[in-house]
Order: sequence, then C-alpha cells, then structure tokens
Amino acid sequence: MSQNQVPAPDAAPAPDAVPAPDAAPEPVAGGLANLTGLLPQGDLAAGAGENAIELKATEGLSQGQIVRRRFWRHRGAIVAMVFLAGIIVLVTTSIGWGPIPGWWKHNYSSTYPIVNPGGAPTLVVSLTEGVHIGEHPFGQDTVGHDMFAMTMRGAQQSLTVMVLIGLLATVIGVLVGATAGFFRGKADTLLMRFTDMMIAIPVMVIGLVLGHWVNGASALTLGLALAFVQWMAMSRLVRAEFLSLREREFVDAARVAGASSTRIIVKHILPNAVGVIIVNATLLMSVAILLETALSYLGFGIHFPDISLGNLISEYQSAFAQRPWLFWWPGFFIITIALSVNFIGDGLRDAFDPRQRRIPSKRKMARAARKAAAR
Amino acid sequence: MLAPVFSFIARRVAVGSVVLLGATFIVFMMVAWAVDPLADLRTSNVPNKQFLIEQRTEALDLDMAPVLRYFKWLGNVVAYLWGQGTFGVAVTNGQPVADQLAVAVPTTLKLVSASVVLAILLGVTVGIVTALRQYSSFDYLTTFFTFLFYSLPAFWVAVLLKQFGAIRFNDFLADPRVPIWAVALVALAVGGLAAMVAAGRPRGRLIIGLVAFAGAAAVMGYISASNFLLEPGLGIVGVTLTGAGAAVALAALTAGLSNRRALWASLSTVAVGAALYFPLQYAFVHASWPVLLGLWATSAVVGVAAGLAWGGDDRFVSARTAALTGLVMSVFVFADRLMKAWPSYVGHPRVNGRPIGTLGAVTPELGGTFWLSATDVLTHLVLPTTALVLISFASYTRYTRASMLEVMNADYIRTARAKGLGERTVVVRHAFRNALIPLATVIPIDIALIFGGAIITERIFSWRGMGTMFIEALRQGEIYSVMGYFLVTAALAISANIVADLIYAGLDPRIRVNA
Repeated sequence: MSQNQVPAPDAAPAPDAVPAPDAAPEPVAGGLANLTGLLPQGDLAAGAGENAIELKATEGLSQGQIVRRRFWRHRGAIVAMVFLAGIIVLVTTSIGWGPIPGWWKHNYSSTYPIVNPGGAPTLVVSLTEGVHIGEHPFGQDTVGHDMFAMTMRGAQQSLTVMVLIGLLATVIGVLVGATAGFFRGKADTLLMRFTDMMIAIPVMVIGLVLGHWVNGASALTLGLALAFVQWMAMSRLVRAEFLSLREREFVDAARVAGASSTRIIVKHILPNAVGVIIVNATLLMSVAILLETALSYLGFGIHFPDISLGNLISEYQSAFAQRPWLFWWPGFFIITIALSVNFIGDGLRDAFDPRQRRIPSKRKMARAARKAAAR
Repeated sequence: MLAPVFSFIARRVAVGSVVLLGATFIVFMMVAWAVDPLADLRTSNVPNKQFLIEQRTEALDLDMAPVLRYFKWLGNVVAYLWGQGTFGVAVTNGQPVADQLAVAVPTTLKLVSASVVLAILLGVTVGIVTALRQYSSFDYLTTFFTFLFYSLPAFWVAVLLKQFGAIRFNDFLADPRVPIWAVALVALAVGGLAAMVAAGRPRGRLIIGLVAFAGAAAVMGYISASNFLLEPGLGIVGVTLTGAGAAVALAALTAGLSNRRALWASLSTVAVGAALYFPLQYAFVHASWPVLLGLWATSAVVGVAAGLAWGGDDRFVSARTAALTGLVMSVFVFADRLMKAWPSYVGHPRVNGRPIGTLGAVTPELGGTFWLSATDVLTHLVLPTTALVLISFASYTRYTRASMLEVMNADYIRTARAKGLGERTVVVRHAFRNALIPLATVIPIDIALIFGGAIITERIFSWRGMGTMFIEALRQGEIYSVMGYFLVTAALAISANIVADLIYAGLDPRIRVNA
C-alpha cells in the first residue's frame, strides 16, 4: 500500500497551490510565485534571485511532479519504503494470507518437535558457517510452535489493524473536519465539542466494549473500533486547513461561478488540503500499530488463540531470561514497521511543505565550487 | 485588562464542563453495557448465591436503566463535591472510590513528575542543539534516534529495561569493575558526540572531541578503579569542583562569560556552599523533605544576595545566574549525602546487594533513616522514569527543533545579528525564548495525557497508580472506580487545554483571549 500512497495524484495540487483544478489552467510558475506570498514577508525581501533559482528548479513541472521529486530525494523515506515493502511481501507470501498461498512449511497454530535445545532459533548468520535458515529460524516456544510463522501471523494482524485505522480514521476525520471548517457556525461548534468529548475517552474502554460485543476482537473488528476513537487529531487539522482555505479567492471564484458547497469542498478545497491529510494519515498509522500492540499486550485487544505482535510479547515476556528470541522477533517487527512508517511520513511532510528548500551540504557546495574553478 | 481574561476562563470552563458531562455519559454507557458486575457471583458455588446477587444488584442499582444510574452517579459526584458522601464504592473490596483515588493520585504524581521534568529538560536541550546544527551529522543522528524512540512500544522498552537496567546491573554490582572495552566504547561515544556538536573548523572539533574522549575515559577509569559504584561520594572537593563547573557553564549560558560580575557572583555562591558543606552534614542528620526544600530555597536566596552584592548595572542578571548556581550547587550537596547512604542501602538485608528495584514504589519494611528511604525511592524510580523519558523525550526534541528552526529564520533574528549581538545573546535571549512559546502550550496537555496514560509503565513496574486502578477496575467490572479514574483524568485534560490557551495568550501578545 505504501506504493500507492507516495505520489499525490496529479490532479491534486500540493497544499496552498493556488489554482483550483477546474479554474483556468495557470502556469505552475505563477502558482509558485503566489505561493511565496504565503511566506513571511522577509522571504520576499530575501531577493528575487533566490526565487528565480527556485522557480528554475521547478519550471514546467506539475505540483504532483514537484512533490514526487522532493519525496524521492528524501533518502530516509526511500530506505523506509524499501523496508516496509520487504516486510509486507515477506509477511504476505511466507505463511500465506487469505487467497495468497504461502511458501513456508509450517503454520502458526500447530506444534512441531523441538529442534534445538530449548527451542533456540536455527537461523545462523556467521562469517565462518555462512547463512542457514534451518527448520525454525526464529526458534520455538516451549510447546513447539514455530516462532517464524507466529511472528508472520502477528505482523499480518498488526498491519491489518494499522491500515484499517489509518484509512477509516482518515475518512471520518476528513468528513468531520471538512464539515466543521467549511460551514463554521453551529455545525462547527457542535462537531468540535463532540471531537473534544471523543478525545477524552480512554482507548482501553473501547477495547473492553469490543471484547464484550464480539467476544474477543479480531483484527478487523479491532481496527474498525479503534478507528472510531482515532480520528480526532485528523479532524482538527483538516478543520484548521479548511478554515484558512475557504477564505481564499479561488473559493470565492468558484462560488460566483455557481458551484455548490459540496462541489467546492470536494473539487476545490480538498485537493489543496491533501498534503496535510496524507502526512497525518501516515503518522496516524505509526501511532495505530503501537496502539494495537499495546492494547493486545494489556489483554484488551486481540486475544489468544489469535495472534498479534503485542500479545506474542505479552505471552512470552516472562520467558525473556531463558528464551529471548520469543521476545526479540515480535518487537523487531513492531519497531521496524513503525519506524518505516514514521520515516515515510517525514519524507511526505518534507515533500508537501511548500517552504521546504533544499540546502546543499557544504561538501556539495565545495565540490561545485571546485568544478566551477576548473572550468 | 483583567475582565476579558475572566470571561474567557468562565466561558471555557462552562464549555469544558459540558464536554466533561458528555464524555462521562458516553463512557458510563459503554462501561455499563460492557461489564458484568455479577460475573464472579454467577460462576461461584456459594450456597447463598441468589441472595448475594440480589444484594449486589441492590447495592449497584443494577435493576435501574443505565441512563438513570448515570444520573444517580452524577448526583453522588455533585454531593461529594459539596462534601457529602462518596461517589461510589468498589464492590469487591468495599473501598470508596474517593479513597482509591487518594492512594492512586499521589503514586502516579510521584511516578511521572520526575520523568516529565527530565524529558522536557533533555528534549529541549537536544532539540535546540539539533536546530542550531541543522543538517549536521549530529542532526541526522538525533533524527534517527527520535524516530526510533517514537516507534518503541512502551511495554517492550520496559521489559528490556528490567532485564538490562535492573537484573544485569544488579549482577554487575557484585563486582563493579568496568571492562576496558566498555570504557573505550563509552569514551569514544562521548568524544564523537562532542566533536559532532562542537562548531567551527575540523581541527578545533577534533581537539574538542579528543578532550571529551580523554575526560570520559578518565571518569570511567576512576569509577572502575575506585569502586565508586559501591562506595560513591563526591566529598567537599568533588562538590566544589562540580559546583564551580556548573557556575561557569551557567554564567556562560545565561549571562555570557564577558559578564565578569555574574561569573564571580556564581562562583562566590559555590564558595558559600562549600563553606557550609560540613555544617550541613550535621543538619542532614534529622533531614526531612520540608527541611530540604527549605534549604534548597535558601540556596537560591544566597545566590540572589551574592548577585546583588557584586552590584553593577547588570546586578539582576548576576542575581539570576547566581541563584540558578545555588540551586544546582545544593543538588550536588544533596547527591553527595545520598551517595554516603548508598553502601548501607546496598548492604541492607532487605535490599541484599540488588539496589535497582523493579517492582513497586518502595521496598516494603525497609525502615532506617530518611536517607535510606530517600535512596530507596530513587532506586525504584530509576527504571520507570527512564522508560517514560525515552518515550516522551523524542516528541519534545522534534517539537523544539521545529520551533527553534522557525524562529532562527525570523527577521528579528537577522536584525539581532545585524546589529552586532553575540551569538549567545541571539540564541539564548532572542531565539530560545520565543521558541519556547509553542512548547509551553504543548507541555500542560502532555502532562495531563501522561498522567492518565502511564498505564503500561505502571503495570510492568507494579506501581499502584492511576493506570493500575483503571485497568483493574475495568477487569473486575467496577464501574464506579472506572468513572472515578475517568473523571479525574478527563477533568485534568480539559483544564490542561484551558491552561495551555492561557499560557499562550500570556506569552504571545499577538494572541487575544477574548476571541
């Protein structure tokens, strides 16, 4: 899914880009020039030269292309994307997921004869012996469950919850925030007070209610339920964005041209707020995976016999001294997923930030100076 | 001038109360629907089961509709605020909710206060340094680590800390000799960091790095060779030296080293502290927290007096610097006294050579002097505090960095530079203060959140604070305990929001509260 997320659709300009999609097409350079008007006055005074250079760098590019370019330059985000994609492929194909068949020989629910003493991992990575995967690379628990299969299953569950929360909470948050920010007045007050109320409710209570309701949560129900208590930050941000965007000229222009409120919201304002939304959806996901694991750890999320990364750790934490691998591997997957998502979010934020300027490192400047001197 | 502030507060409190009412209603309904307070009785085999069920139904009004029960509970809360009755009693042990809260709130306060202060100090410092060294390798390194800390699950960190911070460290204390490779590693890390943070030419940075490397190696070597970990102590020489170091650093930071009077004022405060070192040891025999806090405040007064005594046009600046020095100096004296209690604490039969506690807030039945129990409190705080700091420090760092970067690009900073102010004045006086404004609005909300949210840390380290109370009440279906917890945390969160807005309005003259 990370693949789809990266580039902004070309039709959707980056935040604050001035022309709305169905306004008269304006050259992008003009859009950017207006953009600088958003900056503190000092940046204008900084000189036309600087702007000219910046415009040169983005000449003839659509907003989507600019954002994509900036994103690809963020090395951390790219590495994180590779990691996340790798994890998703591994998790999906190894033990199979739904219709997708798996290539791993064991499953997560059966027990197997214990191979190494104590169920120690058979994965060997050393200079002298080379790399061996062996029968149970991540080890086994006392009963003989295959830790690799269990970790894969747990990661599947945690990823499902993460994506569900990310998507659903974003949709709710955007709906609430857009309505409140665009219509203001009573609707705004009402919706925002409701948001305040929801913020106050402890997530744990939701887990409990859910446990009662469906007799133990599955990844699906947990994701759905948590999405209903995680949309508030998004709605506040979207509202703030809408409050500022609705006062802009292009909204007036659209209204004078006879566009309905829905059309203005969907076609004119929303595409301009897409940066804020995407960035926060990503950050929401990194929070979501930690939330899911924490809830499952406390026993309010996914329960045994179903597996999530959080309840694996909860189950085996007392065995840490004797069987540390039962503890390291699920933790490693949680951290890697959360870290990758965080880095991708950082890359997206930089890419969508109109004030972002690329400052070459001193070494690059020196190299350029040397080149210029040699010429 | 004051009127708009009051009407603002009144309006916000009114709106906040409505929000609180709504939120308590929602939570009450959900909990009432989800928990079954009769669960343990239904499955039990006692002969008078039916009677017990009826009794509890009577006590909890289970035959009433949840909506009515909510309003009854609300009535009880209002009555309690008037000083009558109690808002609910726990079924399983018959304890009033107010009493449960009276135990849980101080425990949580004890748990989170140290970590909040540490996380803010550390986060702000690191954030400012990364902002000043934007795009340096130090910046990238911290960025990576802050993201890593963001991504750490609290329970995972806590279990690791228990293993390595407590169990392994306690094992290590049996024979506390630091191996030479560890000394080298730590010294390398310190030297490398110092070289990264230092500004200027490569040569100067290399020298700074080497000095830091040598210093760290010397300190580590001393710790290992002198058996410091088992018989620590600074002594009057150590206290004076560290105090003088702090005095110079504080003077450099808050007044600039060119301001000689501030430097001399802080150094004389240190001298006063050193002179009082031996008399204080007698005063410490019958120490208690109020006495110590009084002494701490006195040290600030001494500092102010020293600053004023040195006089000059900038005497208030000197007084401020010297007062800060006094506060730091007295912390060193206090730490020195605590260290003297360390051997007797480690050797105490109940501690038995394993000083870093992993369970609970205190060692039960420890007894002994004030210093012994103070050491005990601190050793139990070490691990949970580390866990909480690790997790919340990352967000403070990012936040400070962003806000500092924004400020450093502002026009007034350019103006300050253009009129020839020194870098210290620009950074500390013009940039730092303004960068703190947005931070000041985050901190109250964060404190309110961490207060209700240290659930996992409390659970792993077995602290009986708010989080434990909440989780256990949820498990046992104690709706009134859940509501008690929720009332406190939600009220705190809502007031934190109001406080944050007020602070913002107070600090930033562009914001008006009567909006």
